[in-house]
Amino acid sequence: MAKLNINGRVHDLKVDGDTPLLWALREAAGLTGTKYGCGVAQCGACTVHVDGAAVRSCATPVSSFTEAQKIVTIEGLAPNGNHPLQQAWVALDVPQCGYCQSGMLMAAAALLKDKPRPTEAEIRETVTNICRCGTYNRVVAGIQRASGQTGARG
Amino acid sequence: MTQQITATRRGFLATVSAGLGAFTLGFPIHEADAQLAATTPEINAWVVIKPDNTIVIRIARSEMGQGTLTGLAQLVAEELNADWSKVTTEYPTPGQNLARNRVWGDFSTGGSRGIRESNEYVRKGGAAARMMLVQAAAAAWNVPVAECRAVNSTVMHSATRRTATYGSLAAAAARLTPPTDVPLRDPKDWSIAGKPLPRLDTVDKTNGKQVYGIDLKMPGMLNAAIRDCPVFGGKVKSFNAAAAMARPGVKKVVRVGETAVAVVAEHWWQAHKALDALAIQWDEGPNAGVSSATIAAMLNEGLTAEAAFVGNSNGDAKDALAKSSRKVEATYGFPFQNHATMEPMNATAVWRPERCEVWCPTQNGEASLAAAAEAAGLRPQQCEVHKVHLGGGFGRRGWQDFVRQAVTIAKEMPGTPIKLLWSREEDMLHGRYHPVTACKLTAGLDAAGNLEALHIRISGQSIIAGIAPQMLQGGMDSRVFQGLAKGGNEFTFGYGVPHLLIDHAMRNPPVPPGFWRGVNLNQNAVYIECFIDELAHAAGKDALEFRRAMLRGAPKQLAVLNAVAEKGNWGKPAPAGHHRGLAAIMGYGSYVAACAEVSVSRAGELKVHKITAATDPGHAVNPQQIAAQIEGSFAYGLTALMHGEITIKGGRVEQENFDTYPIMRMDEMPAVESIVMPSGGFWGGVGEPTIAVAAPAVMNAIFRATGKRIRHLPLKQADLRHG
Ligand code: FES
Ligand code: FES
Repeated sequence: MAKLNINGRVHDLKVDGDTPLLWALREAAGLTGTKYGCGVAQCGACTVHVDGAAVRSCATPVSSFTEAQKIVTIEGLAPNGNHPLQQAWVALDVPQCGYCQSGMLMAAAALLKDKPRPTEAEIRETVTNICRCGTYNRVVAGIQRASGQTGARG
Repeated sequence: MTQQITATRRGFLATVSAGLGAFTLGFPIHEADAQLAATTPEINAWVVIKPDNTIVIRIARSEMGQGTLTGLAQLVAEELNADWSKVTTEYPTPGQNLARNRVWGDFSTGGSRGIRESNEYVRKGGAAARMMLVQAAAAAWNVPVAECRAVNSTVMHSATRRTATYGSLAAAAARLTPPTDVPLRDPKDWSIAGKPLPRLDTVDKTNGKQVYGIDLKMPGMLNAAIRDCPVFGGKVKSFNAAAAMARPGVKKVVRVGETAVAVVAEHWWQAHKALDALAIQWDEGPNAGVSSATIAAMLNEGLTAEAAFVGNSNGDAKDALAKSSRKVEATYGFPFQNHATMEPMNATAVWRPERCEVWCPTQNGEASLAAAAEAAGLRPQQCEVHKVHLGGGFGRRGWQDFVRQAVTIAKEMPGTPIKLLWSREEDMLHGRYHPVTACKLTAGLDAAGNLEALHIRISGQSIIAGIAPQMLQGGMDSRVFQGLAKGGNEFTFGYGVPHLLIDHAMRNPPVPPGFWRGVNLNQNAVYIECFIDELAHAAGKDALEFRRAMLRGAPKQLAVLNAVAEKGNWGKPAPAGHHRGLAAIMGYGSYVAACAEVSVSRAGELKVHKITAATDPGHAVNPQQIAAQIEGSFAYGLTALMHGEITIKGGRVEQENFDTYPIMRMDEMPAVESIVMPSGGFWGGVGEPTIAVAAPAVMNAIFRATGKRIRHLPLKQADLRHG
């Protein structure tokens, strides 16, 4: 059993303590927006926020979280899916297959919380998620647009 | 469940409920939905129009990130004169296709064929539906068809000022006999196709709602993890099922064929962890001694072997080379690559004695159906495959191993839906890898530095020999010569060379090959375009002029080359420390070129600043998506150039995850300027061809920056220090 505060609600999840947060979210809480890509903290597909910071949820077991920590997944990023980043993503048609994009958005949102107007170089250094479809330049443009900077198409 | 799937099922019920019998499992369909289904008229196989004017366009090909779904919908909507804001899409199922005599044609999605091969019949589907709607209106109003016009999902009769929406006409139109003569619009008159419209499937990809195969949930579903023998050709010797069964949540241990064992548990993580408890012993089989070194030796022998399949020749290259006073020679190599789609392979299956259903991300729904039927021990008519959005494909999901496994496991638990998901490690160890080849190029230059004779000897793996040997022609795999072929409208070698010989010594190591985005065009573009650069240098000529002189017979290839040279500022001063490189080739019916701009620090650190890319795909259905494909394919191609390498040791793949198989990240991605220049008159692909020019353009730029020729990928092995 694990008691976790996810997207503003406390859940009692029926999982073994060694289950990585990712799998607790996906299989016990039913929140499948957070994706599995590698399981070893390499790709960022599983990125969620824990108390506002980006965390790769595949690499930490649920037993190491407490009920006091606020976990936010892509489903809880914005009430109606209208976070400025989500709007920018739609405006610029950022996703291709889309599989990595939940993680990209969560990593980008954590960056903007830290640094509301990051430079292109800061974006490229901080968001280290893997996108096999190669949407990187559109992700950069999306973050710039959401932060009120340029963000022209492409 | 997702809207996509519900919609598909609705379409299914509406159209072929009599043909295939009821579903044995799935999602409860509300009464209202069923009624809507019964009254929703299908105008033809491609177009369904609902009373509320919603247009459902059926898409037979798979959407895996390339925008095929949107592009195909644009083509149908164009001919239909549809209101684009009312357009939605759905996938018909392979089972429906079977029951309806393959009315939707080929489902396979690969070879950049999604749009170019089906454009004509899908456009005809849209045009025929429009004609029937107009005819229905004319009949209702008792006016001549020729006096009615269809605009934006409405039919109008100007003289009497009458209008009717498609939704109101659909039921009557559906009863009409389809027209036989269906003229298509000239692409220059397009107003929906050819436009940079936003994709139809973006929003759900930004809020976690998009359902991929890995996300499927069904009542009573259990999860399976699998371990297949890591040594190619090996088998399971023994395993401890009891130890795995003792682990939490585990429901069953299933031996899958000769080579694998699966654990079924309540949660996937439990199944995955229990695999270790199995302590499987392997019989490693005949390939346990195979390594990258033994494979290299095998390829090396092929470089000079007497016998080879000739793919392209003119004049007498061997004789001319023997007589040549100025010879240039170089040997290149391109390693195995894995697809590494971000979503690992998976499939969900439920088996019953009389019926089997599969839900899976697949690039070839019909092949999935055939694989499911075979593994289920049932006839295809007793099976069904529901396609789910793909978290990447790149060629890997045309292969059906994961479907066979899922069905085999489900068969052991009749009536229980089983979702099989591969771990990343399983995905790395059981790929269908980009084939390994080496290439020896020998050229003779005349006194003026012109290329007089060229022999290209490719040695290495054939994909066709590995996956469909029945398709070899007299033992030869003509696909090995992609980009180097004689004539044809797909992969033509563009350079005019008086004496030419391009041949292939087939050497097939026991590592399963597959189609990997760009396929053989990738290495062939590296081989020819880097070597041409070497020749220009040896001849003391400008790399652009040297190519131009030989491309007189290939005006479209010349045009894209000229375009990137101009936009990429070839021949003009570059920022301090920046150097440029060129490449151009024809592939998948399109003409592509790139001009790369790089810098390399003295310590050998490479930075690719920018790539200017041009493509002439004949017709551009959505220029915005083509630009996205060019960027995306460069990330894929440059990953192979910089990092990608699958190595073999002890008959198995050494790389098990992204820590040892690194993928290019955002900080390495260059700026990309895309020039989409459709010249009309033909249909080329867009998902793959441009990938091929990224690597050679960068490699040629690296030479200018460092004076070093890189002839083997990936660059992580190369020492780029200079100065
Ligand atoms: S799945 Fe967590 S980083 Fe890849
Ligand atoms: S959009 Fe496909 S992996 Fe990023």
